[in-house]
Amino acid sequence: MELKRVVVTGLGALTPIGNTVEEYWNALLSGKSGAAPIKQFDASKFKTQFACEIKNFDVNDFIDRKDARKLDQFSQYAMVSATEAMVDSQLLESNPNRDRIGVIWGSGIGGLKTLQDEHEDFMNGDGTPKFNPFFIPKMIVDIAAGHISIKYGLRGPNYATVSACASSTNAIIDAFNLIRLGKADAIVTGGSEAAVTIMGVGGFNGLRALSMRNDSPETASRPFDKDRDGFVLGEGAGALILEDYDHAIKRGAKIYAEVAGGGMSSDAYHITAPHPDGIGARNVMIEALKDAELQPEDVDYINVHGTSTPLGDIAEPKAIKHVFGEHSYKLNISSTKSMTGHLLGAAGAIEAIACILAVKHDIVPPTINHFTDDPEIDNKMNFTFNKAQKRKVDVALSNTFGFGGHNTSAIFKKLK
Amino acid sequence: MSDIKSRVVSIIIDKLGVEEAEVTTEASFTNDLGADSLDTVELIMEFEKEFNIAIPDDQAENIQTVGQAVSYITEHAK
Repeated sequence: MELKRVVVTGLGALTPIGNTVEEYWNALLSGKSGAAPIKQFDASKFKTQFACEIKNFDVNDFIDRKDARKLDQFSQYAMVSATEAMVDSQLLESNPNRDRIGVIWGSGIGGLKTLQDEHEDFMNGDGTPKFNPFFIPKMIVDIAAGHISIKYGLRGPNYATVSACASSTNAIIDAFNLIRLGKADAIVTGGSEAAVTIMGVGGFNGLRALSMRNDSPETASRPFDKDRDGFVLGEGAGALILEDYDHAIKRGAKIYAEVAGGGMSSDAYHITAPHPDGIGARNVMIEALKDAELQPEDVDYINVHGTSTPLGDIAEPKAIKHVFGEHSYKLNISSTKSMTGHLLGAAGAIEAIACILAVKHDIVPPTINHFTDDPEIDNKMNFTFNKAQKRKVDVALSNTFGFGGHNTSAIFKKLK
Repeated sequence: MSDIKSRVVSIIIDKLGVEEAEVTTEASFTNDLGADSLDTVELIMEFEKEFNIAIPDDQAENIQTVGQAVSYITEHAK
């Protein structure tokens, strides 16, 4: 059976550094940090008091108040970014068969704030359960995919992918696979997360995962810097329209890039720590290259998982060196989490967008906040520190790794 | 407008996102004000909370219009 080619025909982004794809991309290239003191709740007693929150955003500018009330923030973010991508793709203008358009949407956690609020109401009451009828359908992680399908009448495959911080790359890979198998003509994919809540920040603080650099939030996310001290929690969403190449050509769609391949693997080692030699990370990049029928030398840019945690930032470059050998000194590497923070289940989606736009514009966004080299990291590799770099980017690879040991890599290439 | 009625009306406006003029005594939650079954359950819960009463499920089924809600609450509110 011949596999179909899959292309990217629409993008949407709602991020801590920009509320549209254009704003996001410009902020990435200019090296802007999205970190600031937390506004959504009083964090004064928390070990970490800052995050990368969405800014200047009023959901009522996008969604009717009555409908917005029934959506957890992670679904609101999903709707806003998916709408941008749908409009961008002009997919529905061609009057397609909506039975063959699906939605596969990732989120690491889902409606955490909804769960927190309902539980708080119950604990503040006299023990009589008075749970809101919208509680469960607001909270469950698959509901964002449901809402997107309802808004646009998309009756194809529809579900959520959950693999912590790899969730939306798993969504993208699943969408890619279903389209190339001929199971759908187009799929709205990506992911969203809204965990900057009391339980989200408190929980990740409990894990000792977050940076505690409260005196300088904007320099806290510093992947590969010697003094990194944890990740910075982010929130938001990224959306991609993946489409069968022939379907896209037939309707005269604008094409950003081709999806070349995807890889998936597991560390099978520890619930939160990466394998010290990056075995899962190695395997997943090898799998993705094999799937894309590309050689390591073909890759120009790797958007790394690079979360600014002490262990992860050592294991991943080791894995890159193992897979890419000498070529690891020639390609560009960057962690855009230095600017956006870590969007958990939405990270893969916004980082895929960074890769796709790097391929489209031949420029690599930077890893900002580099001050001091870490002797445990091979700094002969080009981490694109502090400033964007122009170069030909024919092929870009995006890595995302999740708690549980889930590893995913997706590869995008110029359409030829 | 009675105090109870104005409180009922403002809950409906808030939860269903409708205009005050639409919330007439005869207006049906589902037929006129765009509520689905979950919206109706939520409305009943909001009335219970606002007026500190318990509306049993078999009674709640009979509250389908603004007027029926106001009468039930007027009768049962303490």
